[in-house]
Amino acid sequence: MKEYLQKYFILRKHNMQVAWKKAKNAKMCYLFLAPYAILFTMFYVFPVVASIYFSFTYYNILEKPRFIGLANYTSLILQDDIFLLGVKNTLLIALITGPLGYILSFLFAWLINELPRWIRSIAVIVFYAPSIAGNCYVIFSVFFRGDAYGYVNAFLMNIGVINAPKLWLIDPKYMLPICMLVILWMSLGTGFLSFVAGLQGVDRAQFEAGYMDGIKNRWQELWYITLPNMKPMLMFGAVMSITQAFGVCDVTMALCGYPSTDYAARTIVTHLFDYGFSRFEMGYACAIATILFLMMILCNKAIQSLLRRVGT
Amino acid sequence: MSKALIKRRKPNRSVGGDIVLYLFLILVAFIMAFPIIYAVSSALKPLDELFKFPPKIFAQHPTMDNFSDLFVTMGKSWVTFSRYLFNTVFITAVGTAGHLIIASMGAFVLAKYEFPGNQTFFKIVTVAMMFTGYVTQIPNYLILNKLGWIDTYWAIIIPAFASPMGFFLMKQFMEGLPTSLIEAAKIDGANEWRVFSKIVMPNVKPAWMTLIIFSVQALWNNKASTYIYSEERKTLVYALQQIQSGGIARTGQGAAVLVVVMIVPILIFIFSESQILETMASSGLKD
Repeated sequence: MKEYLQKYFILRKHNMQVAWKKAKNAKMCYLFLAPYAILFTMFYVFPVVASIYFSFTYYNILEKPRFIGLANYTSLILQDDIFLLGVKNTLLIALITGPLGYILSFLFAWLINELPRWIRSIAVIVFYAPSIAGNCYVIFSVFFRGDAYGYVNAFLMNIGVINAPKLWLIDPKYMLPICMLVILWMSLGTGFLSFVAGLQGVDRAQFEAGYMDGIKNRWQELWYITLPNMKPMLMFGAVMSITQAFGVCDVTMALCGYPSTDYAARTIVTHLFDYGFSRFEMGYACAIATILFLMMILCNKAIQSLLRRVGT
Repeated sequence: MSKALIKRRKPNRSVGGDIVLYLFLILVAFIMAFPIIYAVSSALKPLDELFKFPPKIFAQHPTMDNFSDLFVTMGKSWVTFSRYLFNTVFITAVGTAGHLIIASMGAFVLAKYEFPGNQTFFKIVTVAMMFTGYVTQIPNYLILNKLGWIDTYWAIIIPAFASPMGFFLMKQFMEGLPTSLIEAAKIDGANEWRVFSKIVMPNVKPAWMTLIIFSVQALWNNKASTYIYSEERKTLVYALQQIQSGGIARTGQGAAVLVVVMIVPILIFIFSESQILETMASSGLKD
């Protein structure tokens, strides 16, 4: 009995020493993490919380925020037609350019994967460059100019499809499709890089095993071997695509103007700018931001649960 | 030899398919590159060619006039070109350096140590990558205002330190580092700071480069017009785009601005491509 007790106490003492050491280590960890954690909380976590709080108030910076309950949300959804138009445009852009850009990113990453090394690296530069080329997208306003100087107009007039120049960027009919085109041009971004790198890392032995098991063509290989191996990258790429697709504003503002004709190219983010930085209705703008935030998070969760089923 | 051949030609590829795919790739690559090529070529066009009808895609008599005009215009502005350049370089350099140090410190402990709360914190960081910065812009403005940083460089620099993207990539890359390396150093008597600065950091150079590139791209393109309103503290990109919006008389200079703005991120990417791709290989999001 005495032996056991002694052993028990030795064990306890040992455990405590381990715990103490762990705590000491952890203290070190917290110290290392602290600078980032503090700044991150200050500029990413806290603003989201603050945004949700302000969305229930009337706040114009000069006066103290005044609590008005759900009034911002009800007027956004029930009275603000332009906001609803913005939501419609954003969803339209997101639903078309998001998945399409995502698929294109993967497709091109996959197609260039088997090229010789140096051609591949040139291809990566060519495909990736548009997404980092600053505001190079304004060049599209030259292509789509409303007079006969515009290349698209000139081309279509020369082949006889149209007989008078079209106002591509002023006519609400054409604004969104053109913006989508430009966004697609820029959509091979960070997710694309992730795919390129991920495809390089897929284990070659699995392909050889696949030939043995009777995989006949590149499409079967893609679905049964490559895609399941790429799941983590696919998740990452999806996050990047969704973030980009819902945040559209630069392109529409640069090409169609801000505000655009009949608000035809208004997105949620430009509506947010309008209320936040032109009208200083911060509470209202925060309600817009909160709705956008919820849309993006929900969309991400939905896509992630979808992607979990890939290759099964 | 035969193994190399297998790698080169997989058995389940048809030659016809290969040819079609490569032709398709070349076509798409041309379409992707065209706007950029066009932007560069119109920056090289003399003024009369810019307004020529019918317009030509390539410059007939390439000239650097637009660029020299741009520098003349910048030289005549109230705030000198060098001041704008200094603003941008200062914001970019300090923001990136701070981000690199702070994010790698945090990423290091998150990747290599077990401590209460580490999983939760990382989950929150990944959630932060799921929404655009626009969502937090208004509260951010109010916070920076409270701190008295509006209209200073810090309004851009300090939030850039906390960018979740660089942190995420750094952490994912550090997870691939062998734990034995760290333990060996610990046995030799190194403390955490020494392990971090002498062992871990030199071994994650590709991740450094990636983090630096993403940070530089974001900061270089940052117009900062909402946070900074004094002319002498505005960034180069803002000033350049100001010139660009100067109407028809500035068409040539505007084209030159496009090239100046885009050339920096693209060049950086070209020189660091292999390292970026090495980092992106560990970028996957596991659930």
